[in-house]
Amino acid sequence: MSLALLADGALVLLVLGLAFWVNAAASGFAAVVGYVAFGLLLALAWMRLAAGDVALTEAAVGSGATGAVLVAAAMRLRAAADPPPSWPGVSRPSTPNRRSADGRDTPGHDGGGDDLAPPAPYSDSHRDVPGHDEGGKPGLSLRLAALVLSGLVTAGLAGLVLWTAGPAPSLAEAATRHLPGLGMGNAVTGVLIAYRALDTLLEKVVLLLALGGVWSLTRDRVWGGRPFPRAIPAGNGALILLARLLPPIGIVVAVYVLWVGATDPGGAFQGGAILTAMWILVMLAGLRDAPPIGSRRLRLAVAAGPAAFLAVGLAGFVLPTGFLSYPESIAKPLIIAVEAVLTLSIALILGLLVAGPAERPPDPAERLR
Amino acid sequence: MTPATLYGLCSAVLVGAGLYGMLVNPQPLRKILSLNLLGSGTFLLFGVIARRGAAAGLGGDPVPQAMVITGIVVAFSATALAVALLLRVFQETGRPTLDQPAPKDGG
Repeated sequence: MSLALLADGALVLLVLGLAFWVNAAASGFAAVVGYVAFGLLLALAWMRLAAGDVALTEAAVGSGATGAVLVAAAMRLRAAADPPPSWPGVSRPSTPNRRSADGRDTPGHDGGGDDLAPPAPYSDSHRDVPGHDEGGKPGLSLRLAALVLSGLVTAGLAGLVLWTAGPAPSLAEAATRHLPGLGMGNAVTGVLIAYRALDTLLEKVVLLLALGGVWSLTRDRVWGGRPFPRAIPAGNGALILLARLLPPIGIVVAVYVLWVGATDPGGAFQGGAILTAMWILVMLAGLRDAPPIGSRRLRLAVAAGPAAFLAVGLAGFVLPTGFLSYPESIAKPLIIAVEAVLTLSIALILGLLVAGPAERPPDPAERLR
Repeated sequence: MTPATLYGLCSAVLVGAGLYGMLVNPQPLRKILSLNLLGSGTFLLFGVIARRGAAAGLGGDPVPQAMVITGIVVAFSATALAVALLLRVFQETGRPTLDQPAPKDGG
């Protein structure tokens, strides 16, 4: 057994161990932390499979952005399940539901922005049982049945992997043949932006739909307002220093990743995710507040990338050969231009998805816009 | 055994683990996590197939790789929407579960 295979085996064991941890961890927060680590190790596995573009995306989106959403959610749920003992709310109502407080909604997560106290513990009876803190687990027979079912699926997939060990049918030849005409060297970017451009366009539409779905979960009376329960005060010195030092570097790196995506691993999505990280850092440090979701400028910026892509695609009807095709003489500048606009929109959409629905009412001036 | 086969077996176990977690864990947040495990396993299987299709001087077939990139993004969108729904349920009921609230809550 070669040394490289040994390293692969160790990586697989680590990945699987973390996957089991995600399933079995006692608290949701611990499971989420395990999931973020799992995503980063999986990015290494993607590198070992000679898929640098996927590794970048997995690290940035699969682990980073997904992790940010999940960590924020787990923090909120944990604050309710296990309130810190030092919390000043000694006279916290003991009933799980606090609708009666103002007759309408649960305080603490609504528009006031002045009350971050978590809701009361929703269920005291389960809190003493480790691992069973949020509702009962299914019975033994059901768990056995689920185990058998999952085992069968795993065995079937493993059999498939072992029996089809030979070279797989490949479109690599076809994908590289026309790359010079597009002025590109990275076949994955070529597939994403040219051959399968329709997939990429629809993927942006999925992002827009998800953002619409998340925004539509905003309460009526804070509609058009800003995400986060309250404005984040300017944090401690180190965080502010980071939020001032890193973004200029991050923006340069993002532009580089976008540009180099034509020939090497990188591209619009990876660059956009880096921009998102910089933006979230600035928001978390309290240097800039999250934008109001009702802002027209914000919405135009969010829609600009998919709209530019669609416009270039429709132009293909008039100019060369059809929908979502590029005239060969200006293919490269056109693709770079589309990708640049897409990168900005992707960065905005990812950041807004992480920030979530509005939780503060808009300023009176913003209401008028 | 080649590295691709090893990662293929890893992806099979990941799919099984994700499926089991989705079926057995009662908490919605854990179900979302398990769904992501299941998705990661599926993506990894695509990666193994891409690796086996290495040709034309590339380390892997770029078409499945590009599909996985799209898949990761769509999985993130689904996760963000699911988490937003979960937090809204939690806002409304004060409980991070999908169980029916106790009758005294009064809906």
